[in-house]
Amino acid sequence: MSLPAPLIEMRGITKHFGAVKANEAVDLSVAPGEILGLLGENGAGKTTLMNVLFGAYAPDAGEILIQGQKVRITSSADALAAGIGMVHQHFHLAPRLTVLENLLIGIPGKTGRIDRAGGLARLAEIGRQHGLTLDPDLPVSALSVGEQQRLEIVKALFRGARLLILDEPTAVLAPSEVDGLFSALRSMAAQGLGIIFISHKLNEVRALTHRCTVLRHGRVAGRVDDPANTTSSEMATLMCGHEIVPPARGPSTPGADVLTLDGISTSKHSGTPLRDVSLAVRTGEILGIAGVSGNGQRALAEVISGTRVPDAGQMTIAGQKVSRFSPREVQALGLGRIPEDRMTTGLVTNLPLADSMVLPRIGTTAFSSKGLLKPDAIRAFAEAQIKAYDIRCPGPMTRAGALSGGNLQKALLARELAFDPKVLIVSQPTRGLDIGAARFIHEKFLAMRAKGCGIVVIGEDLEELLVLCDRIAVMYEGRIVGTLDSADATIARLGLMMTGAEGHS
Amino acid sequence: MSAVFEQIFQVGFLAAIIRIATPLAFATLGEMFSERAGVLNLGIEGTMLLSAMTGFTAASLSGSLWLGVLAAVLTGMLMGALHALFTVVLGLSQHVCGIGVTLFSSGLAYFLYRLIFGQQSVPPNIKGFQTLPIPVLSDIPVLGPAVFNQFALVYMAILAIPLAAFVLYRTPWGLSVRMVGENPRAADSAGVSVIATRFQAVVLGGALMGLAGAFLSMAQFNAFTFGVVSGRGWVAIALVVFGRWDPWRSAGAALLFAFVDALQLRMQASGLGHIPYEAFLMLPFIFTIVAMAVMSRNAVAPSALLKPFRREER
Ligand SMILES: Nc1ncnc2c1ncn2[C@@H]1O[C@H](COP(=O)(O)OP(=O)(O)OP(=O)(O)O)[C@@H](O)[C@H]1O
Ligand SMILES: [Mg+2]
Repeated sequence: MSLPAPLIEMRGITKHFGAVKANEAVDLSVAPGEILGLLGENGAGKTTLMNVLFGAYAPDAGEILIQGQKVRITSSADALAAGIGMVHQHFHLAPRLTVLENLLIGIPGKTGRIDRAGGLARLAEIGRQHGLTLDPDLPVSALSVGEQQRLEIVKALFRGARLLILDEPTAVLAPSEVDGLFSALRSMAAQGLGIIFISHKLNEVRALTHRCTVLRHGRVAGRVDDPANTTSSEMATLMCGHEIVPPARGPSTPGADVLTLDGISTSKHSGTPLRDVSLAVRTGEILGIAGVSGNGQRALAEVISGTRVPDAGQMTIAGQKVSRFSPREVQALGLGRIPEDRMTTGLVTNLPLADSMVLPRIGTTAFSSKGLLKPDAIRAFAEAQIKAYDIRCPGPMTRAGALSGGNLQKALLARELAFDPKVLIVSQPTRGLDIGAARFIHEKFLAMRAKGCGIVVIGEDLEELLVLCDRIAVMYEGRIVGTLDSADATIARLGLMMTGAEGHS
Repeated sequence: MSAVFEQIFQVGFLAAIIRIATPLAFATLGEMFSERAGVLNLGIEGTMLLSAMTGFTAASLSGSLWLGVLAAVLTGMLMGALHALFTVVLGLSQHVCGIGVTLFSSGLAYFLYRLIFGQQSVPPNIKGFQTLPIPVLSDIPVLGPAVFNQFALVYMAILAIPLAAFVLYRTPWGLSVRMVGENPRAADSAGVSVIATRFQAVVLGGALMGLAGAFLSMAQFNAFTFGVVSGRGWVAIALVVFGRWDPWRSAGAALLFAFVDALQLRMQASGLGHIPYEAFLMLPFIFTIVAMAVMSRNAVAPSALLKPFRREER
């Protein structure tokens, strides 16, 4: 298909953060009506490049052209005026303000007042055009993640965006919400909008985009002109510079129960409570917990990690009964955990990476003695892990918050696996990770399994669970509705059970 | 009980409440604007004191009370700009800078006052604002003389409340203020200048604090003494929390505090003589603490309060 002249062109964009070369002489263009995929490993510089285009970061070199005209974009206001809208990886919304207020921010009013009527009319019009409807007077905090994302898209259209940037929009969506997003994006492209779509899920990229640009280490590593007819593994090779082979899960040799939950129930404190949950994980086995998020997975992870005390029921780790449910106790019994939200409950984003990496074990003799820290030991440990796990960062003293998502996840994994846990609980282990990093993490899990560790993986991505797990339990409204051997499990069957249908094997 | 009831509905008592509430209302609205934009202004106590001083001085030297008010407002704006320069533009700690502004402006107020008026045994005073009855309205029984026979600055405070609510909730600028206080990154990506909006809000807040100072030295006491503010700025900070960062509620909080304060003044005067008067003086503050503890438990501060905004940080 021959495309018209580019809507937006970036030429020779370079952006460094201190020693980190986030973008090096990057060229990119998008035509009207085109959906461009932007691919690359974690830390390849995708978000940085888009922030430059959106005026949030000032580039060190390079220029931006809109319909052949050179423009200077030094702030988001400039970008908006030039018709560029962006949906950020982490949403830019004020939760306590209403939908309409979030839309009208920065828009001049009518005779000094907020133009409420005009806003409502415009919102309704966008709703009709693309099927993106929202209740204008609801506070944003009352919206689901999918609705918040819809609001971000509407916000861009509201300002008359001709180019829409979406930074990993599907990472936060349930599989069923993805279809709705894609049909809205296709409808916008059909009306002549340019779209830049960032995702690590290559099957999504193949289904949606017309063309792809691939970044590696901040540079353009290649372009894909026909994504629909390019295989995922060809794209992955372009991204990583080498082929990615899926890990083979050998037959399991499970041993004795290493983690058991017996009749665990929690009170309705925050989120869906657990109701009479019993499960067992054996050594050398990976148990998946499937379910639409919000069905008690969080409570389950918290109980197992010792941060929430159940109202009823018992838990054992490696044969020992857990009595107090404190993080310290379960850790001492041999539990490692990788929480869902790596930015808040995982690492301390304002501390050096090295400190964050030893935090759960700061009191052990390896890292402190007589009440004093051993900075050299901490540093050496962090350096060793950075090397072993290929964590991309300037060094162990970097602020953890400056790392890209994939590298944060690797750091967390390194931290937990370094102490040979008997049981490992992980939530959404590869959310937001590139396929190389995801593969790497899967391999680590399988290696731990071979060493006899029992692993619980909580996730929404059924394909991932099927590849990784020996057995899959399905949660619905705080209960385990059934457990399948992964040999018997199919996406269709799991999907049905996730809606609450009984599926005992 | 009925005696107390009668006292409350005495015209004099109601008028006293309004008068006590006026500087608190100005100060509370001022602090509220600043905090809604994400900037805690602990410079309020000193700003009010310096404004009271410059207002008094300008009025006494020029003979014009309104020139005094103007001087006080400009002083407040200047101190607001100083605080905003440190905390908004340079992104320094709001606590430290606020206390710094209070210490600096208090010291400056004493120093300039001594320099201009010297050390006099009886502090100089001026003929302050006189009550200005509003025709018709002031004839309403009880309410009329209490509310509509007041100083011009009182009427300004009463008008400032709906005006503040209108600006905050109905204008694009007010929306920007609320947004930069909740999520500055969102405002920035919507093309709003976070720095400019915060700066303006803090300066507007300073202007209102200046009016509070002007009222104290030119309507209430008609003189400048070192105790002219005596903690009203700190009280305003508590009242903002009590009023949940909302103009109407904040003004209501100021009124409630003024009620307790007026009540304790009455009690001091009403011959409960065996109790030391200091005990009564504590009442409004005890009330504030209790009220805050009860009412503010689920009050949520603007999310970005105290957080400086730097664009390229993540
Ligand atoms: N504000 C910043 N300060 C310092 N370093 C940064 C900043 N933003 C990004 N970086 C660094 O620049 C590099 C590129 O990061 P970027 O976020 O653009 O990657 P990405 O391709 O979006 O990765 P991901 O897929 O994980 O989101 C990384 O090494 C990151 O650590
Ligand atoms: Mg990114």
